[in-house]
Amino acid sequence: MFEDLNAVTLARIQFAFTVSFHILFPAFTIGLASWLAVLEWRWLSTGKTVYAEVYRMWVKIFAVTFGMGVVSGVVLSFQFGTNWSVFADKGGNILGPLLGYEVLTAFFLEASFLGVMLFGWNRVSPRMHFASTVIVAVGTLISAFWILSANSWMQTPQGFTLGEDGLLYPTNWLEIIFNPSFPYRFFHMVTAAYLTTAFTVAGIGAFYLWRERHVSHARVMFGMAMIMAILVAPMQLVLGDLHGLNTLEHQPAKVSAMEGLWDTQREAPLVLFGWPDQDAETTRYKLEIPQLSSLILTHDPQGEVKGLKEWPPDERPPVAWVFWSFRIMVGVGIMMIATGVIGLVLYLRKRLFDTKWFQVWCMALTPGGFIAVLAGWFVTEIGRQPYIVYGFMKTAEATSPVSAGPIAISLLAFVVVYVFVFGAGSYYILKLIAKGPGILEPVYGDHGVARPPIVTEIGDREAQHV
Amino acid sequence: MFSLEHVVDLPLIWYALIIVAIFLYILLDGFDLGVGVVFPFAPSDPCRDRMMNSIAPFWDGNETWLVLAGGGLFAAFPLAYALLMPAIYIPVIIMLLGLIFRGVAFEFRFKASDRGRVVWDYAFHFGSIAAAFMQGVFIGSVVQGITVNGRQFAGGAFDWLNAYSVMTGVAVVSGYALLGACWLVMKTDGITQVWARKCAAYALGYVGLFLAIVSISMPLMNPAIRELWWSTPNIYYLAPIPSTSLVLILLIWRDLHAGREVRPFLCSMGVFFTAYLGLGISLWPYVVPFAVTFRQAAAAAPSQSLLLVGTIILLPAVLGYTAYCYYLFRGKAPCESAY
Repeated sequence: MFEDLNAVTLARIQFAFTVSFHILFPAFTIGLASWLAVLEWRWLSTGKTVYAEVYRMWVKIFAVTFGMGVVSGVVLSFQFGTNWSVFADKGGNILGPLLGYEVLTAFFLEASFLGVMLFGWNRVSPRMHFASTVIVAVGTLISAFWILSANSWMQTPQGFTLGEDGLLYPTNWLEIIFNPSFPYRFFHMVTAAYLTTAFTVAGIGAFYLWRERHVSHARVMFGMAMIMAILVAPMQLVLGDLHGLNTLEHQPAKVSAMEGLWDTQREAPLVLFGWPDQDAETTRYKLEIPQLSSLILTHDPQGEVKGLKEWPPDERPPVAWVFWSFRIMVGVGIMMIATGVIGLVLYLRKRLFDTKWFQVWCMALTPGGFIAVLAGWFVTEIGRQPYIVYGFMKTAEATSPVSAGPIAISLLAFVVVYVFVFGAGSYYILKLIAKGPGILEPVYGDHGVARPPIVTEIGDREAQHV
Repeated sequence: MFSLEHVVDLPLIWYALIIVAIFLYILLDGFDLGVGVVFPFAPSDPCRDRMMNSIAPFWDGNETWLVLAGGGLFAAFPLAYALLMPAIYIPVIIMLLGLIFRGVAFEFRFKASDRGRVVWDYAFHFGSIAAAFMQGVFIGSVVQGITVNGRQFAGGAFDWLNAYSVMTGVAVVSGYALLGACWLVMKTDGITQVWARKCAAYALGYVGLFLAIVSISMPLMNPAIRELWWSTPNIYYLAPIPSTSLVLILLIWRDLHAGREVRPFLCSMGVFFTAYLGLGISLWPYVVPFAVTFRQAAAAAPSQSLLLVGTIILLPAVLGYTAYCYYLFRGKAPCESAY
């Protein structure tokens, strides 16, 4: 039944599937947690209940997403052992502590204070509640810190020696944690997560504006999201460029695959589109811009750019996947930057909240962040193949002594369960969006208590400033 | 390179820490998995809502102990992690899928329509049972030993499956049911509590039965364990462990009928402690039973040192704010969903 699929391929497909599904949730919750903290801060400092109402709506979506992120993440923490036990054995000395720190510094923090955030409205003071939201937001960032450090070490390993027993031994923890690609990957990913959230929120806000529902809430969502699109989307271009240059230095084969370049050359053109053919060692049907690749990668139009033929065929990543994923990521990024520019123009013309076509555009771009995040990870993870620890350990040497049968069946089970469970999750999120924000009783004073009936006559102005 | 190798016995400390982490996981997730085990038998839908509310703020934190136990094993004893996970590949996957179903049920059932809610009620129930059962299977199969060749698992895909591991699976399900029911006795009142008392009494009977079976069968199956427990003078030193179990079981029985609310839960945790202690003594000093000891599986000293420093600083904080959460949501669980 699985003649042409060996255990390594199946283990890779299974891990690719579970990790791709998982990354969608953190990509959303990292940004959402921070945004919820900002919303609650705006609420506490202005007393405007619109912020609390938007918070209450999105915290429910956050809870559903976070729950799905937790359960799909627990799976990953065991797959290192179930699918990659040789890697776990050999690399455990280095990766184990990093993942251990993630659990100790982030997971417990997030899990405990999420409970306060969701169920603690009437049990803690607003200040403590706000603190809980901030703690959860910080927790998501700490989590990203450790997991991206571990991933980056696998991409650009340093600070270790290879023991005689074939195991990797740490020699310098700071070099391991702050390995060359880590700062770039961390900022690139966190920014991507913020943008993913911003464009999701923008899409939902645009939907309400377009339908003329919950308009005051929609303006908060859409307005705040546009600030991110205007300021952060262009920043991501710079971060991505820096990350790319870092990759060129440490994993040049990945960059050659991204560019679809086979021959090492000066004045290398930028291949806009084409069809990389791994066997024929060429990119067919190319549409090129002369010299641009050299300019981008070496910041010199005459600069030399390495081609994939520099590496033997069994050390090249699957080029077409990397090439196309990269174009999808960059394409979405450009659309995001364009959104920010258009948003700024419309804002200056005071038409930001009532331009119908722009609302439709933003609605269409709702899943943009998720697509870009996935495509970006495809670039970096497929681009480092055939290595699991770049230059030191090949993926094929890392798998567990488990036969293809159980892996295939568990892969099938994961696909069925994930599609069902996370399909249901998406459906409930859509239901929450359809329902929209509820209207809260105006809050009296900064103690967060509902307004006592006796002061109702005093009026909003005073109530807001107590 | 920073290392505490010459200051403390790193492998021993880590062995102890992992044992404690696994135990905390069993206790904490045990009661919320147990609530899932008894869930569909509750008298009414409002009862079930309330049962869910009683664990909703805690389950995520509780499950994190599983990640810590798994992650800690990976970090401190990578060889053990690399040997055990392939050995129990299928049970681990089923446990994870079970945890997915029950984990999402917390959020989904409050957002579903009445018909959808039934689906998630059962997802919660069967997910909890699957996870609990598979954890029992881990214990049952691991105590029978793992086939190891060099640094690799060398057994088959279904080595874990036999009558004994199925029995321990059922044992853990009933044990968690006891913890869950006693938790509900503590956290609810009215008809939910009356029902939970009955539930706990049933579960207690099974727990007593299975504890007896395991206590007798383990020494019979393994000569080394027999020697350890049944030879003189060991038997005199170790006898207090099963005796304490017995006393605690009788105490829970009496308390359930005497209307006590908190002590049955504390005593059922005590029963778990004695059972776990007994198991630990039998398996010492192995981390992969009868093949690899904790010293053989230990990670490099710098790795264990680095994480130990973090653990010493962070674990008290984790325990502190975990306790804060339990304190914050103390008392009887609310009937309405809080948010």
